[in-house]
Amino acid sequence: MFRFSKPALAQAIFLAAALAAASPARALDDFGLGRAATPDEVKAWDIDVRPDFAGLPKGSGTVSDGETVWEGKCAVCHGTFGESNKVFSPLIGGVTKDDVKSGHVAALKRPDYPGRTTFMKVATVSTLFDYIRRAMPWNAPKSLSNDQVYAVLAYMLNLSEIVPDDFVLNEQTIRDVQKMMPNRNGMIYDHAMWPSTAFSGKKVKPDTHAKVCMKNCKDKVEVASSLPEYALSSHGNIADQNRHVGQVRGQTTGPSAADSAAKKHPAAELADTSGCLACHAVDTKLVGPSYKDVAEKYKGQDVSGLLFKKIREGGEGAWGDVAMPPMTDIKDDDLKTLVAWILKGAPSK
Amino acid sequence: MRRRSEIDPEAMARAANPARIRKAPENFLGAEEIAAVSGGRRDFLRGAFAAAAALGAGAAAAQDAPKGDEMILKPQSWATTLGQPVAATPYGMPSKYEGGLIRRQSPGLTQVAGASVSFMPLQGMFGIITPSGLHFERHHQGWYDIDPNKHRFMINGSTPEFVKKAKVYTLDDLMRFPSVSRMHFIECGANTGMEWGNVAVPTVQYTHGMLSCSEYTGVPLRTLLEDCGVDWKKAKFVLAEGGDGSAMTRTIPIELVASGEVIVAYGMNGEMLRPENGYPLRLVVPGVQGVSWVKWLRRIEVGDKPWATKDEAVHYIDLMPDGQHRQYTSIHEAKSVITSPSGGQTLLDKGFYNITGLAWSGRGKIARVDVSFDGGINWVEAKLQTPVLSKCLTRFNVAWNWDGKPAILQSRATDETGYVQPGYRMLREVRGTRSIYHNNAIQSWKVVESGDVGNVQVL
Repeated sequence: MFRFSKPALAQAIFLAAALAAASPARALDDFGLGRAATPDEVKAWDIDVRPDFAGLPKGSGTVSDGETVWEGKCAVCHGTFGESNKVFSPLIGGVTKDDVKSGHVAALKRPDYPGRTTFMKVATVSTLFDYIRRAMPWNAPKSLSNDQVYAVLAYMLNLSEIVPDDFVLNEQTIRDVQKMMPNRNGMIYDHAMWPSTAFSGKKVKPDTHAKVCMKNCKDKVEVASSLPEYALSSHGNIADQNRHVGQVRGQTTGPSAADSAAKKHPAAELADTSGCLACHAVDTKLVGPSYKDVAEKYKGQDVSGLLFKKIREGGEGAWGDVAMPPMTDIKDDDLKTLVAWILKGAPSK
Repeated sequence: MRRRSEIDPEAMARAANPARIRKAPENFLGAEEIAAVSGGRRDFLRGAFAAAAALGAGAAAAQDAPKGDEMILKPQSWATTLGQPVAATPYGMPSKYEGGLIRRQSPGLTQVAGASVSFMPLQGMFGIITPSGLHFERHHQGWYDIDPNKHRFMINGSTPEFVKKAKVYTLDDLMRFPSVSRMHFIECGANTGMEWGNVAVPTVQYTHGMLSCSEYTGVPLRTLLEDCGVDWKKAKFVLAEGGDGSAMTRTIPIELVASGEVIVAYGMNGEMLRPENGYPLRLVVPGVQGVSWVKWLRRIEVGDKPWATKDEAVHYIDLMPDGQHRQYTSIHEAKSVITSPSGGQTLLDKGFYNITGLAWSGRGKIARVDVSFDGGINWVEAKLQTPVLSKCLTRFNVAWNWDGKPAILQSRATDETGYVQPGYRMLREVRGTRSIYHNNAIQSWKVVESGDVGNVQVL
């Protein structure tokens, strides 16, 4: 048996105590990972605004200031009056003075009413402030000042005939606006699609009650709708979208992909894969100008170098206030191909 | 040994290629297949006729000509030459013959591809896991490939009372926490939304393709909230926020967070998330619609009131017939669809088919799936393929002998809560046709005599 001499034992006990003090046993759920967020960090990211206006920053904006912001940064996608559905669904329209009184948009009850605008649906004005501040303009999110957000929202409220032309929206008046929101009473919560009673206040059962029936479950089969013949080809050649081996094949509903690809201009494919078509189209103005318009503008001029630079480095001014973001990921050769193609008017073949 | 006179070229052709006995393949096969089929068959017949001719000319010569499938009799290049070396494709890609099974957009659904949807090709998928490269996409402001070393994840309270300490985590931190891996489905709330009023699109890719299923790896959000000292009594909701341009926000049910089901995920199907799916971090909220699975997740806020963010106050709200909108509809109710055969496909011939499809429920496990071949008059119970997991796709199969007569195929899911997937009549009676979201009606595929399968709605 090994025995400690007295001094050695004392030393061992001392060492053990010292080790214990230096590294106390750590609980396994005390991970020691991450660090405290600084108040400035929380402030930078915590920009959400709730329906009760918790989180709403101070600021103000007039309808006319909002119109300036709108025309410079918003109208290009949403239309002069917020009515456009060219890029996104319409924002403005479909609400009446009566809706402002009742708080429920009457047009929503009409199955024949074409489309639903943002103002027909939204119940909470905080939603609009929060979203414009965090995500708009679409290609330059979070670039508006708080005053600009107030102003542009004031302009939208004015377009919707909720507030007068001389209205000033600020962190106080926005509370009055909430009481005038045309669809403020338009939301219901008595459904089973939230996992608790937090909204409904009571347990709600699912709204359909189908049963498992196995034999002679009905007298006849009523086909209410089928795909019209012409719509078969609306999604291209289905044969190309199925495997060419197995228990089934896809139906031939159009020219094969191989044929179409052979006919498509390689630069058109390049524009697609490079992400250009998110903002540009060949014939119509989207967020940016159409390629036809660009070709028309520079007709007869040698601007290949200029256009190359503009696409590579981005810029603004030539086609309104919406900036062209720099396109740094496209290879030089590909960009040259694209420039030549655009200046030719972006031919499809 | 068989004698020459017994050779029936038609029967031989059928035996060699039993799927190819229909008279007018031009009507139901693609151009490439027609070439392959008729080419192969002509070659075969030519061989047979040559043999027959040789019989007349001289029996000895004919006996030497081999008979059978050229793919067997004739040495093929892949069996007689050297193949590709290892790592020729360091990240492997599907066979070039699988090029048709890709994510696709539905023309006219949206105006710009940066705020749009691409659909998963359900018509050709097996099992329950979606290959990561085919996972459906829904972006609101385009996608980014974010440098994981520059990504930060913050947890804070609406006010300091909800968490003791607001914290910031790097990916290095998060990937050191105890992790879980779980398989779950993700479905967009608007999946099948184009079909509320009537049939609108031709194939299951477009009717049901905003659906995917993966194995996700990450840290339960509960663990992280506890690491920040959450006050479970005061916390009623959490807000999830994305790091992309849209800074997507959604109110998340605290009950699902507290249950440990909600995961702050970095892994998907054994590798990191794909950029289109939120690399390097996304929220996984099992059973809840995809919009709540915030991608490029940068922040969780704990509070006691919901936020009514744009995508829960303007979109993802369900219009009812009386003009009211249901708000905060989040959970997917039980739903199923037959994926093969399905719309836009053609059956090759009469005879045996494995009818196969998927079922899922946001409330738990799938308990059973029934399949009808006569538009819902009679049903048979399908076989559920294991594993059958909670809030995960479940594959079902059922045998069918097609007699060549018209048929209408349907599937009907029941989940472990006893909820049974409704038909269109029942669903529309409650919700009308303008809801856009959460259409979980029974899908019908009509088979006609030619073998063509089409999308129909049965009441």
